Amino acid sequence: MVVIAQRPAGPELLVRELDEAAARRTLRAQVARLERKLARLALEASPRDGIAWEVGRLHGPRLLGLGELERLRDELAERLHDARATLAARAEREARMRELLARMLRDPARHRFVRITQADVGEPGCGAWHVRPRLGLIGMLMGWWQVKLSSGCPLAGRP
Amino acid sequence: MSAEPASEAGWVAEPLHEELPGLGVVSLALAAPRLGRSPQGVREHLDALSARFRGADALALRQRPIPHAYRVCFRHVGLDPDVTRVPVEAAAIDRLVHGGFRSAGLLDDALTIALVETGVPLWALDHAAVDGPLGLRLSAEGETLGRGAGALPLPPGRIVVADAGAPLAPLFGDPGPGCGATRRTKRLLLFAVRVEGVSAMHVQEALWIAVEALRSR
Repeated sequence: MVVIAQRPAGPELLVRELDEAAARRTLRAQVARLERKLARLALEASPRDGIAWEVGRLHGPRLLGLGELERLRDELAERLHDARATLAARAEREARMRELLARMLRDPARHRFVRITQADVGEPGCGAWHVRPRLGLIGMLMGWWQVKLSSGCPLAGRP
Repeated sequence: MSAEPASEAGWVAEPLHEELPGLGVVSLALAAPRLGRSPQGVREHLDALSARFRGADALALRQRPIPHAYRVCFRHVGLDPDVTRVPVEAAAIDRLVHGGFRSAGLLDDALTIALVETGVPLWALDHAAVDGPLGLRLSAEGETLGRGAGALPLPPGRIVVADAGAPLAPLFGDPGPGCGATRRTKRLLLFAVRVEGVSAMHVQEALWIAVEALRSR
């Protein structure tokens, strides 16, 4: 029978454990930074953006392993990326609508019946700019167009 | 000689201390007042907090240092703070949904006031049901949460607030059966969970605000 002498695993195991502990600390720091960035974005977002903030539960509270922390970090990074993309797309859409509103205010006749809400341009409130004919049918026939800004939010009705 | 109750920093088991160095538990024992309806002063305090706390504040909470610290800790222990809200955010949402912080009895009101004023969550145990100082550790195989016949099953490896005998509450969760404060409680044990980024002073302040509210007449 051949007996193969085994090298003591102690120091190697210790080094690996120390490396993994350091990696977990680094990942936790990354998670904290991502959380701060997400919190900042959450302030800019509105429910209309439909951003999903949840990353899923990891059956806590418990100590997460290296793989779980990596997965959490990656999911948070993905949420951050998605949220930024959504907000950027909204900013672009709002900029386009603001340009359209400016054109509409300059020349209502060329934008007949166009309606832009305050939400469309990223403003709070329920008002809307609407190109309508002055004096109804007469205005339509005479080409008298104007932009009307409707007043605020409708009152709550009876339940 | 002063008879003021003193707070006590709890123990933290080694693996938890190594992995989450800022995590800790601080407790404070005091004689239980009559745990019924809150006195006028406490209800007025809740009303004042409701008036001070608005929708925009609820949204901005997560950027403030203490709620942020709890959100980060939630992430670190595998809880999603957008699913399981950190306590102060949960209180803020409750405030928005109900139009104010509702009075729910002296003990709950005192804990809510301390939470909203400081951002630090507190819980209360029946001191008679606690065996020795509180601490944080991981649950072991076969352990249950709480005391007596109503104790709940608990998976191993969960971070729990425990005494010398058993897990009493999950981290950031309500006390298990048989150890929470009731109307028959003679002595209360308030405890706060401290996380990295939250100073000891804030935790002390939270405990003292709760004590002050509990002593209101």
